[in-house]
Amino acid sequence: MSLTEAIDVNQRFGTKAVLKDVSLTVETGEVLAIIGPAGAGKTTLLRLFDHLEKPSSGKVLFDGREVTPRLRTQVRRKISMVLQKPVVFDASVYDNVAYPLRVRKYDRKAIPEKVNTLLKTVGLDGYQKRNARTLSGGETQKVALARALVTDPQMLLLDEPTANLDPVSLNTIEGFILKFSRERATAIVIATHEMAQGQRLAHRIGVMMEGELIQVGKPEDIFYAPSDMRVAQFVGVENILRGRVATNEGGLAQVGLNSHSLEAVTDHRPGEEVHVFIRPEEITISLQSPSSSARNSFSGEVKLMALSGPYARVEIDCGFTLVTLITRRSAEELGLKVGQQVHASFKATAVHVISRAGSG
Amino acid sequence: MAELWQALKDAIHLIVSRDPEVIDITWRSLRVSAASTILAALICIPLGGLISFRNFWGKRLLINIIQTLYSVPTVCVGLFVFLMLSRAGPLGAFHLFFTPTAMVIAQTLLIVPVMLGLTISALSGVDKTIKDTTLSLGANEFQAIWAIIKEARFAIVAGVLLGFGRAISEVGAAWIVGGNFAGYTRVLTTAISLYSQQGLFALAMALGIILITMALVVNIAVNVVQQRR
Repeated sequence: MSLTEAIDVNQRFGTKAVLKDVSLTVETGEVLAIIGPAGAGKTTLLRLFDHLEKPSSGKVLFDGREVTPRLRTQVRRKISMVLQKPVVFDASVYDNVAYPLRVRKYDRKAIPEKVNTLLKTVGLDGYQKRNARTLSGGETQKVALARALVTDPQMLLLDEPTANLDPVSLNTIEGFILKFSRERATAIVIATHEMAQGQRLAHRIGVMMEGELIQVGKPEDIFYAPSDMRVAQFVGVENILRGRVATNEGGLAQVGLNSHSLEAVTDHRPGEEVHVFIRPEEITISLQSPSSSARNSFSGEVKLMALSGPYARVEIDCGFTLVTLITRRSAEELGLKVGQQVHASFKATAVHVISRAGSG
Repeated sequence: MAELWQALKDAIHLIVSRDPEVIDITWRSLRVSAASTILAALICIPLGGLISFRNFWGKRLLINIIQTLYSVPTVCVGLFVFLMLSRAGPLGAFHLFFTPTAMVIAQTLLIVPVMLGLTISALSGVDKTIKDTTLSLGANEFQAIWAIIKEARFAIVAGVLLGFGRAISEVGAAWIVGGNFAGYTRVLTTAISLYSQQGLFALAMALGIILITMALVVNIAVNVVQQRR
C-alpha cells in the first residue's frame, strides 16, 4: 500500500483550474521530485498532500484511508511540510524547533535533547537563544527544516527548499535531505522548478505543467525519454524534429526528416508520424568525418556559438538545425567558429522517438 | 487668578501629602478600570482570534459594526447597563445597581469594541503563512490561533492599554450605573465633575492631575510597546 495517494484530484480556485485530474502515489522511503515551471500547480499538490486544502474533486488518501476533517490534525502530525519561503515564529530558534513537539504534547523532559541534537545536525548548534527572525535566509531555511524533521515525520513535503539559497547552503540542505531519506526511510516529496535538483535528489520525478501531471518516471526516463513535447522542452531537449518512420528492422528504424534521414532505436512502425528528441549533450562535433560507432552523422555549418560557463552551445545548420552542447575546452581545441564546416554525430540510442498523434 | 494659583498649590499639596480621599478615589478608579480591562481582554483576545482565524458569512460586516462601536457614547453604554441592572430591568434580581461591579460591567462593555477591533487588526497584520505553518507543524485549531496571537502580542497589548485608557477616563457610564457615592463608587472622573461643580477646585485639580498623568503613562506605554514591532 502506498503511503499517500492522490486519486483523480482536481483543484479549482474560482474558475481557474489549478490541478487537473492528478493521480499520483508516494511510497515510503522514496524521494519524489515534482518539477515544472512556476504556476504549474506544484505547491497546490503539496498542500493537498498535507491536507491544508481540500480538493474540488477527487481524493487524497493517507495510509490507505480517506482523511476526514476529524482525522486531519492526526494525519498532519505524521507529515511535515516546509513551505516555500518558510516563516519562523517571532521566538527563539530553540522554541521554533520545539514547537511541533509541544503541540503534540511530547514528553517535556525529552524535548531539549531532541531539539539540540537536530540543531547540531543542521549546523545551528549555539543558535538556540537567538531570535529566529534575525537569521539569514539560509539559516532560516535550516531552522524550518529542523522544525519539520524534529517529529520524525513519515512524509516530508518540501516546497522549493533551496530557492534563493547560495550554492554552499544549497549543498548543505540537499545533503540533509538525502541523509534523512537514507537513515529514516522518510518519504520525501520535493517541489522544484529546477530540473537538475530533481535529477540530483529524486528516485522518481513527476513533471507538472499547467495543472497536469504529464509524466512520472525515473529521472533517466524523464530526461532521455520524455513522453511529450512540453516535457522535452522543459528538461532541456533542444532538438525536437518532426519526421516519419520509413523502415523499422528489429527496433532499428530509419526516420525521414524532409530531405534527411536518421537512425533511431524505437518500436514505432513504418509510416508513423513522429517527434524525434535528441539531447544537445549527446551530439559530438568533429572536423573530419567521425568514427564508426555513431550511426548518425551530418555535415553542416556552425551558425551560432555561445559560451556559458564551462560549456559551449553550438548551433549547426545541416539542412535542419542541430543544437549541441560541448565543453568550452573542446570548442577551443576544435577551434570552432561561426561559418566553419563540421560534422555532428550521435548514436541511434541517443534518439528518442514519440508518436506525433495527440501531442501536436 | 490668584485664587487658581492657590488651588493649584493646594492640589499639589494634596497629592504629595497623600490625602486619604485622593488616594482612596485613585485606587478605586484603578481597580475598577483594571478589572474591566482584564475582563474585556479575556473576552476580546480569544474572540478576536476566532473571528480573525475563521471565515464565515458576514465577517466583513461584523468587523465594520465593531469598528463603528469604537465611538459609542459613554452615556449610552451607561444608560443601557442602567436599564439592564435597575430593579425593574431583566438583571435587576442580582442587585448590582449602584455598585462597583456595575461600573466594571459598563466599562467592559464600553471598551470591548475598541479592544476587539484592535485585536482583530493586530492579528490580520500577522503573516498569513504563519497559520499554514502552524497547521502543517501539527497544531490543532486552538493551538494555531494561540500561535498567531503570540505573533501579534505587541500590537494586542497596545490595544489592551488603549482600552484601559478609555475606561479610566470615561465619566458618563461610571456615573449613571455607579451613582458616585463617596467611598463606594466615586472614581476620579465622577469626583472631578462633582467637586468642580461644588467649587472644590483644589481637590478637583489634584484628581485631574493624577488622571492626566495616568493617561500620559498609558500612552507612553502604548508607544513603547508598539515600537517593539
